[in-house]
Amino acid sequence: MAPITVTIKLFAHFRHGRFKEADHQFPPGTACRDVILGLGFRLGEMGIVMVNGQHAPLDHPLSERDTLALFPLVGGG
Amino acid sequence: MDKILRVNMTDLTTRVEETPAEWAGLGGRALTSTIVAKEVPPACHALGPHNKLVFAPGLLSGTAASNSGRLSAGAKSPLTGGIKESNVGGTAAQMFARLGIKALIVEGVPPGEGWYALKVGKDGVTIEEERGLLGLGNFAVIDALQALLGKKTGVIAIGPAGEMKLTSANISVKDPSGKIRSHGRGGLGAVMGSKRIKFIAIDDEGAPGIQIADPEAFKAASCVFTKALMDHPVSGQGLPTYGTNVLVNILHEAGGLPTRNFTHGQFDGHEQICGETMHDTIVARGGKPRHGCHAGCVIQCSQVYHDKEGQYLTSGFEYETIWGLGANCLIKELDDIALADSVMDDLGLDSIETAVAFGVAMEAGILPWGDGKEVVRILREEVGKGTALGRVIGSGAGAVGRTYGVTRVPVVKNQAIPAYDPRSVKGIGITYCTSPMGADHTAGYTIATNILNVGGQVDPLKKEGQVELSRNLQIATAAVDSTGMCIFIAFPALDIPECLPALIGMINARFGAKLTGEDVTGLGKSVLKLERAFNLAAGLTSADDRLPEFFCSDPVSPHQAVWDFTNEEIDAFWDF
Ligand code: SF4
Repeated sequence: MAPITVTIKLFAHFRHGRFKEADHQFPPGTACRDVILGLGFRLGEMGIVMVNGQHAPLDHPLSERDTLALFPLVGGG
Repeated sequence: MDKILRVNMTDLTTRVEETPAEWAGLGGRALTSTIVAKEVPPACHALGPHNKLVFAPGLLSGTAASNSGRLSAGAKSPLTGGIKESNVGGTAAQMFARLGIKALIVEGVPPGEGWYALKVGKDGVTIEEERGLLGLGNFAVIDALQALLGKKTGVIAIGPAGEMKLTSANISVKDPSGKIRSHGRGGLGAVMGSKRIKFIAIDDEGAPGIQIADPEAFKAASCVFTKALMDHPVSGQGLPTYGTNVLVNILHEAGGLPTRNFTHGQFDGHEQICGETMHDTIVARGGKPRHGCHAGCVIQCSQVYHDKEGQYLTSGFEYETIWGLGANCLIKELDDIALADSVMDDLGLDSIETAVAFGVAMEAGILPWGDGKEVVRILREEVGKGTALGRVIGSGAGAVGRTYGVTRVPVVKNQAIPAYDPRSVKGIGITYCTSPMGADHTAGYTIATNILNVGGQVDPLKKEGQVELSRNLQIATAAVDSTGMCIFIAFPALDIPECLPALIGMINARFGAKLTGEDVTGLGKSVLKLERAFNLAAGLTSADDRLPEFFCSDPVSPHQAVWDFTNEEIDAFWDF
């Protein structure tokens, strides 16, 4: 099957030495967890994982043109 | 035994009173709300002689407990018509506590046209006539008082907005660097202006200091508490590094960043104003990315922001202000927003109310969207000089909407809705509706659980669980606001089991008390109910516990979410 394109957005210190936003290609059905580990993160570092602006579990399978946003545990108000 | 200072501005007398037994176990918000509920006739005019302005440090203020230096101010609000408590960092709470002052109550309105200052010290409080500092901004007032009374003097002051009794006027409190923190919301600066008090100077020379009933137990609990604050990733790393402004990108991504006066949930200029950009800008210009609003804050979410030339521009530059002028008014230049923040601090204006008022003003066509320079001009030339337009803007979002016939006016109880869209983050909508304070995110910060995954996860786009979430957080917050603690201790308190017992342990050790977790929850509940009862007696009804109509009819992008709670569902909040 053809690979899917996913836009990955990184925030706060996750950007250091990586990128802000980039399109990556993956095999269909790739889960958020695979992408996170593939970028060299530990799962314990993840604060918020969003797919298309909604919170998603780590085993959520990604689809063509999804946007995956990864935040460390930060916050305030 | 701590004492109550009472100032009567009608006959210009002052008294030192014993603390009544029923107030002995109260501090901060619990005490200001109890005093306001007992002594202020709910139906009185908020700017008239029957309103009272009450200041109270928290139960733990002045002790070595981390993050405990917050001061509560309370009164009937001229903005909402209901009860108000607003708390602040700065140096005043700790000075009051060391002086053994449980509360300062200011009542009455002076005869004639004169202005006054209060001087608080170890022998009580005196009233002096004031002329020289009238009309000056907060920064000049603090500089002048430091030159006159010494660097260590505490200052609580109002700017020109408070002198004009504008309903967005705040009360400024000097911070440890001689800059400003604010009792921001609800127009308490107008109440201070109605009593014609330009400033309160505090001298804690010779103060008796704090008596701790059980110093050993206090020390032990305090260590556990501080460790919890440092261990939690939000309070230990996130807030110190990026401040609260890290939320711009999070709320943008979640579709909850109110944009263009609450028409969209995302802002295309988010990267220009976000916490990441701000952090890099601060570091590049030699500012300070972390800074505490009071001595003893170990989280230090604040920062010092410099201009392009590397000169001080502003501090305490919060997400809500940056959102309000940024996404909500479409201003993309962080430097313009920082300058406006500093001008609002100087004039003594609530930066949330005023930013939302500008959004409504842009919708009304008074100034172009995104025009940061014109915002600064209007602040200085119109609000600062008290022109008719300036007074309308300085009276808040509701006043601008009524004056110019705008229907999209984001307020609850006439207080501006802050930086989280209630359609796409529904828990915070319940807090906006039901808080006795009017729309106030800090009253029950559901963003923690709706968005940040702190204290569990409740889907922000669904209705399920939101009323209960908001209720639990509002009860806990009412209790925390009474301890003198900064609300950001809630992040570790929600996730780290030892944190809350350590907080209660410190209160018990300080007073020789035996409070349990249930007692503290009970305190939170009773404070909320007391405040609600005041509001009902003042003439507010459950019809005031509602969001404006447009939230129900206009979907917000990108999730096309609307506000869809029934009145019964909202009113169920009060079933406790
Ligand atoms: S965390 Fe921020 S608001 Fe809280 S006490 Fe520290 S500087 Fe003040």
